[in-house]
Amino acid sequence: MAKVVIDNKMYEVNGSKNMLEICLSLGLNLPYFCWHPELGSVGACRQCAVIKYKDKEDTKGKLVMACLEPVADNMRISLEADEAKQFRAGNVEALMTNHPHDCPVCDEGGECHLQDMTVMTGHNYRRYNFKKRTHTNQYLGPFINHEMNRCIQCYRCVRFYKDYAGGKDLDVFGAHDDLYFGRHEEGVLENEFSGNLLEVCPTGVFTDKTLRKHFTRKWDLTNAPSICHGCALGCNIIASERYGSIRRILSRYNGDVNGYFLCDRGRFGYEYVNSEKRIQTPLKKQDGTFSQLTREQVIQEINAITSGKKLIGIGSPKASLESNFLLRQWVGAENFYAGMSNSEGKLVQLVLEILKAGKVKTPSLNEVKEYDAVFILGEDVTNTAPMLALNLRQAAKNKPDQKAAALDIPDWNDEGVRELVQGAKGPFYIASAHITKLDEIATQTCQLHPDDIARLGYAVANKINGQLPVLDSDEGEETLSQNIAKAMLAAKKPLIVAGISLFNQSIIESAANVASALKEQGKDVGLVYIVPEVNSVGLTMIADQFLDDAFEKATQAENDTLIILENDLYQRMDKNSTDAFFENYKNNITLDYLDNKTTQQATYILPATTFAEGNGTVINNEGRAQRFYQVYSPDNDVKSSWKWLQAMIPNTTSSCQSFDEVIKDLVDAFPELKGIQEIAPSEHFREGTQKIPREPHRYSGRTAMHADTEVSEHQPPSDTDSALSFTMEGYAGIPPAALTPFYWSPGWNSVQAINKYQIEVGGALHGGNPGKRLFEQKENNKADYFENIPSQFSPKEGSWFLLPFYHILGSDELSAQSPAIKERVPAPYVALNDNDASKAGIEEGDIIDVLVKEVNQKLTVKLNTGLPEGTIGLPKGLTATAGIQFPFWTTFKKLTDE
Amino acid sequence: MEKPLTEHIKNDNTWLSLKEYKKVGGYEGLQKALKLNPEEVTNIVKESGLKGRGGAGFSTGTKWSFVPMGDDVPTPKYFIANGDEMEPGSFKDRLLLEGNPHQLIEGMIIGSYAIQARYSYVFLRWAYHHAAKAISSAIQEAYEAGYLGQNILGSKFNLDMSLHISVGRYICGEETALLNALEGKRANPRTKPPFPVVSGLFGKPTVVNNVETLNNIPHILNKGAEWFKGLSKTDEGGTKLYGASGRVKKPGLWELPLGTTLRELLEVHAGGMQDGYKFKGVLPGGGSTDFLTEEHLDVPMDYASVGKAGSRLGTGTLIVLDDKTCTVGMLQNLEQFFAQESCGWCTPCREGLPWTAKLLDAIEKGKGKMEDLDTLTFQTHYMAPGNTYCALAPGAMEPLQSALKYFKTDFEKHIHEHKCPWEQ
Repeated sequence: MAKVVIDNKMYEVNGSKNMLEICLSLGLNLPYFCWHPELGSVGACRQCAVIKYKDKEDTKGKLVMACLEPVADNMRISLEADEAKQFRAGNVEALMTNHPHDCPVCDEGGECHLQDMTVMTGHNYRRYNFKKRTHTNQYLGPFINHEMNRCIQCYRCVRFYKDYAGGKDLDVFGAHDDLYFGRHEEGVLENEFSGNLLEVCPTGVFTDKTLRKHFTRKWDLTNAPSICHGCALGCNIIASERYGSIRRILSRYNGDVNGYFLCDRGRFGYEYVNSEKRIQTPLKKQDGTFSQLTREQVIQEINAITSGKKLIGIGSPKASLESNFLLRQWVGAENFYAGMSNSEGKLVQLVLEILKAGKVKTPSLNEVKEYDAVFILGEDVTNTAPMLALNLRQAAKNKPDQKAAALDIPDWNDEGVRELVQGAKGPFYIASAHITKLDEIATQTCQLHPDDIARLGYAVANKINGQLPVLDSDEGEETLSQNIAKAMLAAKKPLIVAGISLFNQSIIESAANVASALKEQGKDVGLVYIVPEVNSVGLTMIADQFLDDAFEKATQAENDTLIILENDLYQRMDKNSTDAFFENYKNNITLDYLDNKTTQQATYILPATTFAEGNGTVINNEGRAQRFYQVYSPDNDVKSSWKWLQAMIPNTTSSCQSFDEVIKDLVDAFPELKGIQEIAPSEHFREGTQKIPREPHRYSGRTAMHADTEVSEHQPPSDTDSALSFTMEGYAGIPPAALTPFYWSPGWNSVQAINKYQIEVGGALHGGNPGKRLFEQKENNKADYFENIPSQFSPKEGSWFLLPFYHILGSDELSAQSPAIKERVPAPYVALNDNDASKAGIEEGDIIDVLVKEVNQKLTVKLNTGLPEGTIGLPKGLTATAGIQFPFWTTFKKLTDE
Repeated sequence: MEKPLTEHIKNDNTWLSLKEYKKVGGYEGLQKALKLNPEEVTNIVKESGLKGRGGAGFSTGTKWSFVPMGDDVPTPKYFIANGDEMEPGSFKDRLLLEGNPHQLIEGMIIGSYAIQARYSYVFLRWAYHHAAKAISSAIQEAYEAGYLGQNILGSKFNLDMSLHISVGRYICGEETALLNALEGKRANPRTKPPFPVVSGLFGKPTVVNNVETLNNIPHILNKGAEWFKGLSKTDEGGTKLYGASGRVKKPGLWELPLGTTLRELLEVHAGGMQDGYKFKGVLPGGGSTDFLTEEHLDVPMDYASVGKAGSRLGTGTLIVLDDKTCTVGMLQNLEQFFAQESCGWCTPCREGLPWTAKLLDAIEKGKGKMEDLDTLTFQTHYMAPGNTYCALAPGAMEPLQSALKYFKTDFEKHIHEHKCPWEQ
């Protein structure tokens, strides 16, 4: 801590920060553009100028940039000195010389940091009366709109895109006042985190193309704090609605999870919510066609067919704990199946056991950035847990960056650190089944069969602790495992990353062994497991049977009724066995949001809410329980699955239960889930007497929105399930973090108002980051090791081991149905080992026949993926490859010209 | 009067070969240096009082002494000669580069030895084709004679040197932008601290010195710090290459004792103004220095005195303004150059300089308004030293702010007459 004097007032402040961070953390309004809490200081924009005084006697002082000024004890600065204020106003005036006056038609208008800063500095009269420089704009793909004329050259975009996210196709061209931030030529921005440009850009150069298609001003949106359902990481998002459709997703800051950023799947994958394929009313199948029923009718009919019958329930890792729980309550634990294949479910169970055992620390997503050595086993992280990959990229800089600390270059001095370390990365090791995007930052990589990845893990564990089993590995593996072990032991905080994406139990076990061995050596080791879906962990905590079990038992079904919760089984199991499964049931009730092959099999379809229309709790891969809230109340029959289930469960009190009461029952049934009661304030929470409004106080048009049908203003829907209201009236201050629906502060209309919601900029939110970890590391817990070392993989003649390839844009069933994402989904392909292909006389681009579960598929060949010999790869989760249960042995054949 | 830097330069557009250079005492300074330890070499340079001849005037020996020395310091260290001479009106380094390349190379080897650099580069302005040939050939000769490479003159000191030809941007003369350019990056300046002596080329300790500065080094080592101090007329040691351009009778370049007065330069060496032209003002150190006028003619041209007079010695090359040349037109030309050469990194320079140039252009064309003078004054405050990321824009403001001080009526005439008064 240090004492500083700002405008004659003494403050006690964090000595490791720069003065801009200090001023903002103190709530002072000091304008800035190029600085970003995650990107650090570069001093380019010159906007955060303040006067620094030598001592008490110095009355003149010197103009300095607060962002480059380290805190020093007894430092004296002034924000209010005339010279500083005039300079800041002049600087904005200079920035505005080339900025178009198109705010009324600019997508950023009303939430523009440049607007805010311009107003803040007081510049309002333009002296520059020459022509402005102009640029042509580029097509950057389906996500991002480009309008270069608005650019104020803060360099944040390239610093985020290139330095932070590892992007290669965005740069700055030209010089002096003719700078161009764009691609070398028009084309799709390739980086998986490109959407963050929208929030990183302080003005309207990069704007949301999906929002543009149904544009709404920020102040006209109804918002809710939500959780991304795109993968298992549980990134926090703000989802926004107007006129009954979701308009956009923004990152919701959570210092324990995603920090400031999101991946493109999470940001642009929301549009399925607005899909025409949404199920809007209860439907009943009669004679092969579906007809509408009212809510009362459908409940009555379902009561009639289910009463006294045996019910089989299939839950879903995409659905909330509450929905899954109520289904389980209804059908009974013995008839409740987690809606995932056994091969997946057993592995999630194993991960859960390891999490619960708490032998080593599982860091939060954001804590991953603090580790200084990384070893990834088996995961293609960029595609299986994208934001984790972004944070691993930051972890890769830590060891080299330690050099800067030794030279007293503060970590926020981005340029100083960057020039010193010259892009050095690592130690960072990846063992995967094929080449992955993170390989470019790795110290060493290898591509192996999953069993051999596990073997490498066991070998590394042995090098760390010689008492662990030795492998008879070849020389290459020997040096590699030696190198990895050495690097992990040399690190302060080594991090082990693994997951279930290759469906290999040994990988999970060997990763745990490496982590435990490091822990025993006194290392502050972290272990992260990646699981597939938003609630994979939560569902596995309340279910212990899986789809294969359900399919097996189905043959004994007589007159049983099947209830499927938010789950397209054809995505998870192969078509033939799924068809056969459905044939066993006369009655089949499906709760879902989108029309799909499973809903087509239903007798009754109930329209369920997506993340956007309902409340729920999900548990991420770290074991962190988080709550998502309903954004808006649809004016059709769409209801949360847990509400439908309440209505259908006979003879219980649950039919009139509120959300909190459901949670209470859930916690009573599963005491280890107790923590979920603490993750957000209850429905009875009030700020004073007020609810938290989902709409900003400037929300407009409420009296006119329905004027085409009715003159009187509709009564806003009431929210009985949370402390949020569906109106603009209510508490105007900063609400509890878990209930923050949008960021706004007087003078701060852009996303950068987040500064006001944090205790210290870039740090925790006021009242603590939302969410609750359910499992913590247990101290003095002696490691016990897994011992089932698999034998080395040996290729088979004429048969190939089929492995999955994951795609951030494509492998997730729901986001892939969003129009913008759909444009980016890869065409189906088959990846072959280069040697195997050349032996078979196959070249890149050839079309071959691949046998997938008794069905032949014609697919285009992709080479140079690094797949090991004897294996073959297919993209997971694309329409053409849905339902494939990896891995298995298969064959392929070259198509002849006939 | 001694002229150590230039006395041996030939008049036939050829450079001194190694043989010729050695005949006049070349590489004797290096031999002496290699017998000393590195710190002693740095101390001699420090004692000599040699100040950087690129314009900033920082003590060369002091700069060297900031380089971390010893066994456990980051390596390899680098030593760089800044030959990106692009200051408007400046052509002094060119003479040395083209006329006596070994003198530079010897200075660089000594400097490299003093900081224990492993690699050295001559960073050369793109347009200096003749100099490029001279340096290349001299580096090759130096390798062949064992002045470069492994175990130089049996001293166990190893040094490699190469020539890097810049693509030609004024900003590359800024030492940290030069480092970025040398690394193959955009030639934007870097933040300081860290300074290049701590984290320079490729993040390693690096010294960047101007060509003229380095040409002094062999002589300082050969003849001593005291001798060097004695060369000058002031307490800042050595000689200086002074030049003059503009409507003087004998534009040129002369090596003279540091501290020679402006009047002597103009009247004796440059031969006074051409017939029919009257002296109006002078930029004493190149395009990015403040005007001095009649009243300053007796100012000794050294760092301290010119500074006291309200300008900078800069590169020591005078640009003389006469009474028949339009002040506004001259400034417009200069500011246009600076605006063009801005790297575009920081706001004041990127946006302020083009604005300034456009205002001057409007005034020159008779389209100016009196408020424009206030805006120009605003620009000079806006781009004052410390307000910008590097010294480019503050330098660019120096001729403008002094012109507004001394020649304000010239601007006003343009505005009132709605045309350039010098226009025929």
